[in-house]
Amino acid sequence: MAKLPAYTTTGERIWHYTYLLICVLIFLFLIAPILVIIPLSFNAENYFSFTKEMLSFDPEGYSLRHYDRILTHGMANPDIPRDSVWWKDAWANAQWIHAAKNSVIIGVLATILATLLGTVAALGLSRPEMPFRRLIMGLLISPMIVPLIITATGLFFFYSKTGLAHTFPGIIMAHATLGIPFVIITVTATLVGFDHSLTRAALNLGASPVTVFREITLPLILPGVISGALFAFVTSFDEVVVVLFVAAYDQQTIPRQMWNGIREQISPTILAVATILVIFSIILLTTVELLRRRSERLRGISPA
Amino acid sequence: MSAIDIEQNNQVLTAADGTPLRTALARATRRAKWRAFGLVLPLLLFVIVTFAVPIGQMLVNSFHNTAFSDNMPTLSAYLSENDISGVPDEAAFEALVTDLRLARENKTIGKVATRMNYEFSGSRSQFTGAARKAKKLEPPYKEALIKLDKDWEDPLLWNIMKRAANPVGASFYLAALDMEYDETGSIVRVPEKSRVYVPLFIRTLLLSGLIAGICLILAFPVAHLLATLPLRYSNLLMIFVLLPFWTSLLVRTTSWITLLQSQGVFNDLLVASGVINDDGRFQLMYNQAGTIIAMTHILLPFMVLPMYSVMKTIPPTYVRAARSLGASSWTAFWKVYFPQTIPGIGAGILLVFILAVGYYITPALVGGSSGQLISNEIARHMLSSLNWSLAAALGSVLLFIIILLYWLYDRLIGIDNMKLG
Amino acid sequence: MKFKLLLTSTAVSAAMFATAANAGELTIVSWGGAYTVSQTEAYYKPWMAATGHKINSVDDANPATPIKAQVEAGNVSIDVADIEYSDAVRYCDEGLLEEIDASVLPAAPDGTPAVDDFIEGAITDCAVANIVWSTVFAYDASKISGDAPSSLADFYDTEKFPGKRGMRKSAKANLEMALIADGVAPEDVYATLETDEGVAQALAKMGSIKDDIVWWEAGAQAPQLLADGEVAMTTAYNGRIFGAAVGEGKPFEIVWDGQILDFDLYAIPKGAPNKELAMEFIKFATSTEPLAAQASWISYGPARASSSALVGKYKDGETDMAPHMPTAPDNMKTALVNNFEFWADRQDELDEQFSAWLLSN
Repeated sequence: MAKLPAYTTTGERIWHYTYLLICVLIFLFLIAPILVIIPLSFNAENYFSFTKEMLSFDPEGYSLRHYDRILTHGMANPDIPRDSVWWKDAWANAQWIHAAKNSVIIGVLATILATLLGTVAALGLSRPEMPFRRLIMGLLISPMIVPLIITATGLFFFYSKTGLAHTFPGIIMAHATLGIPFVIITVTATLVGFDHSLTRAALNLGASPVTVFREITLPLILPGVISGALFAFVTSFDEVVVVLFVAAYDQQTIPRQMWNGIREQISPTILAVATILVIFSIILLTTVELLRRRSERLRGISPA
Repeated sequence: MSAIDIEQNNQVLTAADGTPLRTALARATRRAKWRAFGLVLPLLLFVIVTFAVPIGQMLVNSFHNTAFSDNMPTLSAYLSENDISGVPDEAAFEALVTDLRLARENKTIGKVATRMNYEFSGSRSQFTGAARKAKKLEPPYKEALIKLDKDWEDPLLWNIMKRAANPVGASFYLAALDMEYDETGSIVRVPEKSRVYVPLFIRTLLLSGLIAGICLILAFPVAHLLATLPLRYSNLLMIFVLLPFWTSLLVRTTSWITLLQSQGVFNDLLVASGVINDDGRFQLMYNQAGTIIAMTHILLPFMVLPMYSVMKTIPPTYVRAARSLGASSWTAFWKVYFPQTIPGIGAGILLVFILAVGYYITPALVGGSSGQLISNEIARHMLSSLNWSLAAALGSVLLFIIILLYWLYDRLIGIDNMKLG
Repeated sequence: MKFKLLLTSTAVSAAMFATAANAGELTIVSWGGAYTVSQTEAYYKPWMAATGHKINSVDDANPATPIKAQVEAGNVSIDVADIEYSDAVRYCDEGLLEEIDASVLPAAPDGTPAVDDFIEGAITDCAVANIVWSTVFAYDASKISGDAPSSLADFYDTEKFPGKRGMRKSAKANLEMALIADGVAPEDVYATLETDEGVAQALAKMGSIKDDIVWWEAGAQAPQLLADGEVAMTTAYNGRIFGAAVGEGKPFEIVWDGQILDFDLYAIPKGAPNKELAMEFIKFATSTEPLAAQASWISYGPARASSSALVGKYKDGETDMAPHMPTAPDNMKTALVNNFEFWADRQDELDEQFSAWLLSN
């Protein structure tokens, strides 16, 4: 909130700052586990605890071994000198890299599928004239309700009959199904306040339905679509059970890789992976924001 | 005269192309209906094919189990043809022995034994043992079997076999609701020491409701701040909401353990700063508090984002107009701003509540004795006890409860102004 | 000698197979972490080198998980799975595993037939054990002054040894340990648990320290709890505590009193794509030398008596592995072997009672 208007009373001023303080605390709550993960990923030990050496900033307590393991785990010859051959080996064989590639492919494609189908359907569902709206809505959000393990088993039977088991299209379709309820719920929520006279006006002025959607509807519901797409992506990106049943042995994903070996040890390697993902997403989100500002400047709009 | 003329001419209002207006309107409505339906259709087909059909097949397991009837055909036929009560006579035992021999030969005795063991604890080895010796048994079979194991003359066992002879039955639903048939065949609650599922259902729903409530309280100010700040700030702050989101469930759960356990970072900081002494460390992990904190954290973004996307569409001028018309800041917020955020709140609560009902890994790792939730049991029956029928029954009950709550919520809270369904 | 012979014969038969259908490929699912590493070193690499076949090693949080769905859907992709005893029995009962003819397993180097060489119970109708592991309790020696705990009774004595206790959130192993701590002799434990009073006695014993129990779910949590000082003692899988103590220099000590022995077994899902080859692999992996070799990577005992004599040093080249094996004579004095018949019959009921007991507070 930029500036308080002149008519603000003292009470409101106090409330305003309390409110900001509350927000800061909630942000702290959101970010606290991440703040723990980053230093712990440099832990020299194989545990999730801050050692005495770490707390006294003794370099002995820190190491890059967990990062090293991301690359070396699964490599054919991890011990040779780190030249181009070594890096090629890592790129081709390291299990974490392999899992990351799979996760990204599956996540992105499942998100696109879920967002496309979900947004279009939400447009239909939010029209008052839609028949059997409640029933259909109930059906469409049920993938979120049925326990995953039952869904995964049922899907595996179905996919085995149709030849989709152990294939990428199979996992992508399954993850899209899981992501759809999120898209539907967030997009319909944004469409509630939508002023339908805008589309009618555009149609009256001769725009084609596609143009209306692109120029009028989409910009207005975009926040909802983006939230839905994010949910769908994250659902796919952190999903273990369906992958376990439907994926082939060489289609490991990041979360599955993380859960492996939990009977013996939770390796801090997962913290290193998480840290890399955090840094990667900070860079990504910041770049998007900088690009947005740049295009704003270029178009001569005063900064929002 | 002329008035009547006009009336007659206008009796049928027509549209520009001359069709009666009523027909034109009906056609337009119908077309609109079809257009709306057409938008939903692709997704509907997709979900029916990739979800409804496969899941339907799984859930059928909850009332349809052929493990006994298929593998014990003679006895099943006998039991469904003859109305026996209690322990039957030699003819039934003869059928039993015939089937035990058959099942031993076909190696299906394990399936039968496992099926019976679901309802009659200890009967697994009774069946496999009898099958192993079935070949050498001599009539009268009744005495011979009872000599092997006196549970063969337990009327309860025969009641269970009689019901299992029919592949369709409600016994798994009864089990899912902590009930069973007694000797006389009437439905009773299971002994108190075995009542698990109903308390777990209640606990799961209460906990999920509580978490949805906490998420609502925490998400509202954050979503409001993000929606009202200029984009250049809000987009950067949005990173705080999204970052935890990218982080795996397992990582976040372990990280909360490191933070909150009694020897963890939070307690260490409090001790170091002198707020509490070493003996007064808070127990925030491995109990209900741990579950609530970790789950709230995991689900908070699912509340913030829908609220944010709805709040973003509310023009700030409305509140300003209210203020300039003399409303106090509270009235302006409560009467003008808040009602417009309800679609976001509705969507957020729906998401968080339903997701919370299904999450079980986090509570299992951090929740201690209170971390057992209904989804744990479903997973256990799917994976370790292999009682898919009971898992499907529990899943169906859960699905039914959630759909019922959704319907109630739709009715009571007036989703008409949320337009969620 | 015999082992060499066996190796060559395996290689020869494998070579014949290879000429018929090129080199085969096996998909083997195991538990991940240090455990898969030990199997890769002791079984997979030597077998691949000897036969020219390829092994796709897959890790899973529990390798048994997808088997039932795969078999019933008729779409099996797993050739060999490393599973726990109770699963081996249940899955076998349900007809989900191929039966294994124990007579084809290679004899010990001294000629003892396999059925006599394996520890009792290590061969079931559908699975062959490769390792013996055990549930023990452990403590952090640096946190205990004075007398060290030495028996299960000490584990339950929170006055003499204050502090929280870690336990796995399950009925299995906990009920047995509670009875032993309560004075029941190991050989009477399962007879006692057969009765309702016995179960009540075990739950009452656990109830006496219920407020001090920290429940863990995943095996990995137990050493973490000890390392953080969250608990004074915890039940744990012995291999993991050994790894922490010897491999990572943590001051953890194992108390072997009342340890519950269990097996991990190799099984072939019914309809596995490479059934014969899978059997060849199991024959190799569960022969005397590979079993002994695995013990240098992780402190789980080999399932064959003839392997025990061959158990050498840990991979650090210093620590003798023999005394760290659950099967070492000193550790076996008060050990209890998990009674799979009992658990196959009663697990459903006892799990329910345990859950109800957890709920009641």
